[in-house]
Amino acid sequence: MTGLDMAITAGIWTLEILAIAVTVALSVAYITYAERRVIGWIQVRKGCNRVGPAGLLQPLADGLKLVLKETIIPTAANKFLFIAAPVMSLTPALIAFAVVPFGETSLFGLWETPHVMAIAHLNVGLLYIMAISSLSIYGILMAGWASNSKYPFIGAIRSTCQMISYEISMGFGLVTVMMLAGSLNLADIVHAQAGGIAHWYMIPLFPMLLVYFISGCAETARTPFDLVETEELVSGYYTEYSGMWFATFSLAEYGAMILISLMTSILFLGGWYAPVPALDFIPGTFWLLAKTAFLIFVFIWFRATFPRYRYDQMMRLGWKVFLPWTLAWIAVVGIFIYTPGLDSIINFWMPWR
Amino acid sequence: MLETAFFNLFAGLSILSGMGVVLARNTMHSVMFLIFCFFNAAGLFFMLDAEFIGIIMILIYVGAVMVLFMFVVMMLEVNQARLREGFLQYLPLGGMIAIILIIEFVAAAQSGVFTEGIKATAVHLGQQVNNTAEIGQVLYTRYLLGFEIAAVILLVALVGAIVLTLRARKDAKYQNISAQVHVRKEDRLRKVRM
Repeated sequence: MTGLDMAITAGIWTLEILAIAVTVALSVAYITYAERRVIGWIQVRKGCNRVGPAGLLQPLADGLKLVLKETIIPTAANKFLFIAAPVMSLTPALIAFAVVPFGETSLFGLWETPHVMAIAHLNVGLLYIMAISSLSIYGILMAGWASNSKYPFIGAIRSTCQMISYEISMGFGLVTVMMLAGSLNLADIVHAQAGGIAHWYMIPLFPMLLVYFISGCAETARTPFDLVETEELVSGYYTEYSGMWFATFSLAEYGAMILISLMTSILFLGGWYAPVPALDFIPGTFWLLAKTAFLIFVFIWFRATFPRYRYDQMMRLGWKVFLPWTLAWIAVVGIFIYTPGLDSIINFWMPWR
Repeated sequence: MLETAFFNLFAGLSILSGMGVVLARNTMHSVMFLIFCFFNAAGLFFMLDAEFIGIIMILIYVGAVMVLFMFVVMMLEVNQARLREGFLQYLPLGGMIAIILIIEFVAAAQSGVFTEGIKATAVHLGQQVNNTAEIGQVLYTRYLLGFEIAAVILLVALVGAIVLTLRARKDAKYQNISAQVHVRKEDRLRKVRM
């Protein structure tokens, strides 16, 4: 490999990374706009409609305001970790997108075989997503500890307990997907769901879809589970943050929300396949993003609808409801796979067998 | 060439962060260095095509074990001055262990096991060779008994840990969630004739 080749490869990698990171940042900005408009609509009020046509420039104005604000670092804070914490929470939210396949393309017939549109076509893609999203705890823990203040500290500990509890049921829920798809490669998991809505994993794994999506809601600390930033804790682990560093935390939170929606579409809702094969002439990326957008709408809908959980109710839901559900469903799927007679039913969703 | 460069990067950073764990004054910084060290070790596994072990390393050590470490360290109040007292008394023992380890590492590196034969010339296999599937195929067939024994030991440890912390308070007020959910208007409201 010559120096020029290496330079070209590095350039392509940079472009791919920028194409995803910039898109995620922009969609986060407009998801906040959509959130305000949708919640306004649900609660029969206007939402933001002043800045620009229909308020469309509102996210940019908000971003500008946050950048221009002063960064305040508490005197007793551990300065290095205080600054590092927002970065540590944003990094996992962004690098998890490296393995997400956004569709398949043959570049308008230029290539003979369709290529998967992902930065890294990893054999352990699903495990990678799980490993990387478990890292976002550190940003929160560090923020709580480095602020050296009681509310962030309690908020961080609460948040960690919540994330650890829901990560377990989330992981077990994904085990059933692995059992049906027979692979950890995200593109292979989507390929196993080809052939219309009846083949999607949401049919045999509907309870796991619920568990995964609701756990995702708890992981990102969205509203029914947002008790890490309740009023009695001022605003949880980022109480002491201001300006751009505060915005970095919300960027990470919304980035994680996009990731959960993308992963739910890929794992349970057939990824880039159309609901009926006749509609496959529309590009797959459109279907994937449409499913993701719908799930993001469901996140916002949750926020406008449900009151907040109490702490013990939330722990009960994670440990006493979701965990037994997922374990039972693993057993059910395993029994179906290995019992003669029953396996002909489950083989409908396991085309690779 | 690129591979050697990446190996040197990961190996060097893991050694540096390992030194950081020991040398950092602040225990919190030590924990962060240890996390960074695990990351670089995972990188080394990736270079060996052992992507499953690399990911599991991050998932288990960084994602779970170190969070517990950090929880404990966060709660500690470390008295730096008292910690330094009698620090030098461990020097002879520690130094001896360090010297023995260095001799062992150098001897192992010089023995020629790693410089010739199959280990030195191993080539990377294609993506169709799936590490995870290969491990699963031997783990659940040939080594099934060992796997089951490990599982039983872990289960016993789990039950033991729960039993040790299970101290039910008699005066605590527990809520029966299903009773709460199934409550009807008639159970709570009563019409009073005025």
